[in-house]
Amino acid sequence: MNRFVTDVLVVGAGGAGMYASIAAARAGVSVLLLDKGQVGRGGATIMAQMTVAVALSEQEPDSVELHFEDTLNAGRGLCDRELSRLLCEEGPARIREMDEWGTRWARENGHIKQERAPGHSVKRCCYVDFLNTGPAVAATLRRKVAELPAIRRMSNFAVVEILVRDGRAVGAIALDLVTSELVGIEAKAVILAAGGLTKLFARNSASANMGGEAYALALWAGAELIDMEFVQFFPIGHLAPRLVGMDPIMWDPFRYKLGGKLLNGNFEEFIDRYGSTDFGKYNATRDVAAYAILKEVEAGRGTPHGGAYLDFRHLADKQLRAAFGPVIDRLATNGIDLTQTPVEVGPMAHYHMGGVRVDRKMRTRIEGLYAAGEAVGGANGANRLSGNAITEALVFGQLAGSHAGQYAQSIASRWDAALARERSDRLSGEQKARSDSAATPVAVQAELQQLMWEKAGPFRTGEKLTAALARIEQMQRQLPRLPVGTDKPFNLDLQDWYELRAMLMSARAVVESALGRTESRGAHQREDCPAPDDALLKNQILESIGDEIRVRWAGPMGGPEP
Amino acid sequence: MSGAPIKTAILRVWRGVPGAAGRYDDFSVPYEDGMSVLDALRWIRIHLDSSLAIRYSCINANACKTCMALVNGAVEYTCIAKLSSSVTTVEPLPKRPLIRDLVTDVLQDEEKFSA
Repeated sequence: MNRFVTDVLVVGAGGAGMYASIAAARAGVSVLLLDKGQVGRGGATIMAQMTVAVALSEQEPDSVELHFEDTLNAGRGLCDRELSRLLCEEGPARIREMDEWGTRWARENGHIKQERAPGHSVKRCCYVDFLNTGPAVAATLRRKVAELPAIRRMSNFAVVEILVRDGRAVGAIALDLVTSELVGIEAKAVILAAGGLTKLFARNSASANMGGEAYALALWAGAELIDMEFVQFFPIGHLAPRLVGMDPIMWDPFRYKLGGKLLNGNFEEFIDRYGSTDFGKYNATRDVAAYAILKEVEAGRGTPHGGAYLDFRHLADKQLRAAFGPVIDRLATNGIDLTQTPVEVGPMAHYHMGGVRVDRKMRTRIEGLYAAGEAVGGANGANRLSGNAITEALVFGQLAGSHAGQYAQSIASRWDAALARERSDRLSGEQKARSDSAATPVAVQAELQQLMWEKAGPFRTGEKLTAALARIEQMQRQLPRLPVGTDKPFNLDLQDWYELRAMLMSARAVVESALGRTESRGAHQREDCPAPDDALLKNQILESIGDEIRVRWAGPMGGPEP
Repeated sequence: MSGAPIKTAILRVWRGVPGAAGRYDDFSVPYEDGMSVLDALRWIRIHLDSSLAIRYSCINANACKTCMALVNGAVEYTCIAKLSSSVTTVEPLPKRPLIRDLVTDVLQDEEKFSA
């Protein structure tokens, strides 16, 4: 088995992973930055067309305290206050640093321009025109990473297991996607920065490489997860007509800048029926809007593709072009003219509030194992504010990299070649080249996505969740019989197999947490328990014992500050 | 499901590995207006032949830039190349080292890594 050696291994090269690598390199250690796709081009960051929330006070007076308060309010009482505070406190420094590194934040009159997004009490959200925030952030970080010789980049490697020896992370086993062979990676510290789990749901806004691997790897390594029931469903993802070349989340900035009317299938405004207001502006928070749209669909007042209409017909072409320039042309390429036709939008899985449980230094309970970015759970509680995700990626990335770097400076490698060999042999032994199963790993992935969407999606019931859990357990038993063939190089069936293995573990964590939370709060909506229950104003912590997941209640992390 | 008649598109896909002759496989795919070549390739992997090697990450945002191939002889991002309602030919990038089927080595040297 090939072996790579580094001080710090960073798993996932989106915003959090790249920032973590830069911070670790600055701490004076060697870094291996690995990604399933291409370094700096995968993950969620590059998909983000929208905004970054930070209390810069460039547009109007703001404060860390106010951002913190808004974040806690959106989190419906469940935020881990320490993590939320870190996010708000350190966000401004990260954004200014990115500015120095060349990210072209939109400016007016010499200051960074900030808009107000739903849930924020002031204009706090900066961005890069046009709908280019994520790609611009990713490009800046890619350049910075390339400048630092201490960082080695490994594209097309998927970590399939963290190696733990005597309670300490000592490296990892990864699948080289090109050769289709397992390799060993010796590391003094490992940072999980592989993002969220939106790929678990049939309707999602994410890239193909967010199947919840960070969570599964953490569980298998012995670390804890928190708040896994809280999947954010973005309310107005694009449904129809078919639109390619754009992130399906693109309508959000349109609404910040231009309003736009959200209408049901009968062309009536409806958000006010669900305890919020909209009225052509963009006020309703994400959880309320997602709920309202699907309730309209359920009542038979949906659009043909099962969503709502977003209508900009009251605007002139000139206004649209002034706000979104080239994006209007890209819409035209897809045959969409907003002055003539409303588009159909609806909820889709967009972000995961839950994740790996860490302390202020981004440490898990396994020594040497850290997490960063969306992989971390807790900072956003039961519902994330728009704009907090990239802030979180940069802030937690910087913290994880810097602390992991310092830690790696202080210790010697504890690599265990025999352990690595034993684990990789065991993993390889779990697949079959051929079998009597007609199902393939990619087909089972598709079935799991449909199952999660229907039974563990925006509306849940105990009955649906119980059925989902039973089917996931069956799929886990089915896994060793799914054929992966013998193709080498680039065996995509094998890649799908490892991905599915992690997806099933993460899906199970979501479903078990959702079953336990017998109330509705934030992004977790139980139709059989429609009200919030103050007795459940606390967090669920998960760990795995073998293949079983154990859930316990703790907290509240979001309780009143002493 | 709507009652509209289902249209079918044909994808003619190059298959093979370095050093072998290679072949073209024809796949019939349910066609919807506006659908991309990548939509069709992903459908093929789930429903017809999971061994087809393709590369993509962001699915349809054209953000990751990793899904390039030759579509009807022109270099295209398969995520934004529209599928034709008749026959669409898809081949690997000709100027990049072939890995398998539509997957070629597109990494810059400094992003490549060997033990």
